[in-house]
Amino acid sequence: MIAAFALILVCQLFGEVVSELFDLPVPGPVIGLVLLFVGLLIKRNPPKVLTDAADNLLIHFSLLFVPAGVGVVTQIDRLKGDWLPIAAALIVSTLLAMVLTALLMSKLLPKAKPGETLEDGQ
Amino acid sequence: MNETDITQLWVYLSAKPLTGLTITLVAYAIGFWLYQKSDRNPICNPVVIAIALIAMLLKVTGTPYATYFEGAQFVHFLLGPATVALAVPLFRQTETLKRALPVIAFGVLFGSLVASASTVILAWALGASPETLASLAPKSVTTPVAMGIAENIGGVPALTAVCVIATGIVGATLGPMVMNMARLKDWRARGFAMGVASHGIGTARAFQVNETAGAFSGLAMGLNTLATALTIPFLWHWIFG
Repeated sequence: MIAAFALILVCQLFGEVVSELFDLPVPGPVIGLVLLFVGLLIKRNPPKVLTDAADNLLIHFSLLFVPAGVGVVTQIDRLKGDWLPIAAALIVSTLLAMVLTALLMSKLLPKAKPGETLEDGQ
Repeated sequence: MNETDITQLWVYLSAKPLTGLTITLVAYAIGFWLYQKSDRNPICNPVVIAIALIAMLLKVTGTPYATYFEGAQFVHFLLGPATVALAVPLFRQTETLKRALPVIAFGVLFGSLVASASTVILAWALGASPETLASLAPKSVTTPVAMGIAENIGGVPALTAVCVIATGIVGATLGPMVMNMARLKDWRARGFAMGVASHGIGTARAFQVNETAGAFSGLAMGLNTLATALTIPFLWHWIFG
């Protein structure tokens, strides 16, 4: 378990270093994600300790958003000033992006197999 | 114990990192308990409940956010390793990826661009300030990455975090309804779109409804994280200088 966490941290550290060194706008953890993904593709069968460590980190992924979200208390004035554009962007463009992407994918993906579509009355 | 004693006790406790950390876990546990009590109704989002509880507590006790964050940073820190760990669920989708790679890559780029471009154009047209625009642009990707992007393009990471979470909740609650109205029946396309537009919160919802939708949502979320992190900062600096 320690080795698996260490590996994940090493990937992140590598990402942070590369991002800083080359002054990249890509966040370090994303570079770490790519590095780990490439490593998994090469290794094929990842050790169970690694997949367990990753799954454990991700089970309560949403908990990790809480401290940043509480930062809303420092943004009350900005939210008051820009509430309309923020609310409109959040609702309209999220749903627009979702529907357009779903329409595109339903046209482009290979024909759905039975069970892959929503039946009427479901 | 009189009121001054309690105030002094709080002043002492609130300065300890243990307090911020404990409050974060307890508030989330309450949020998760309510979420399960409500039959996993997406309206009862545990993150929203936890944030609301903590924000109220800080307000009532007059505790500054920075003091709370002294303790909460230990939870916040894990966002980085958790982002790296997304490589594992992404790896599990390798077979799906191989079968339809060009379509999937095109779909992710398309969704990523529509989500951020429509956000920026709409908010700009309605008069948002430049910092707000930069904070909103990466709202469809998972929080740690969105915050990193926002910081890079001149946004306010704390505002981004709030907008990302709100985006996830909008997508998870209203998304399925809107896709029903558009007569979209393919679970793969529906899940994929949930992941692209509303990241982890949308993916969690997709998994509850249908396993195929969930798998495609997770795949789309992971790839969209990459696509957005690799495109938005470059595009932003190129367009706005």
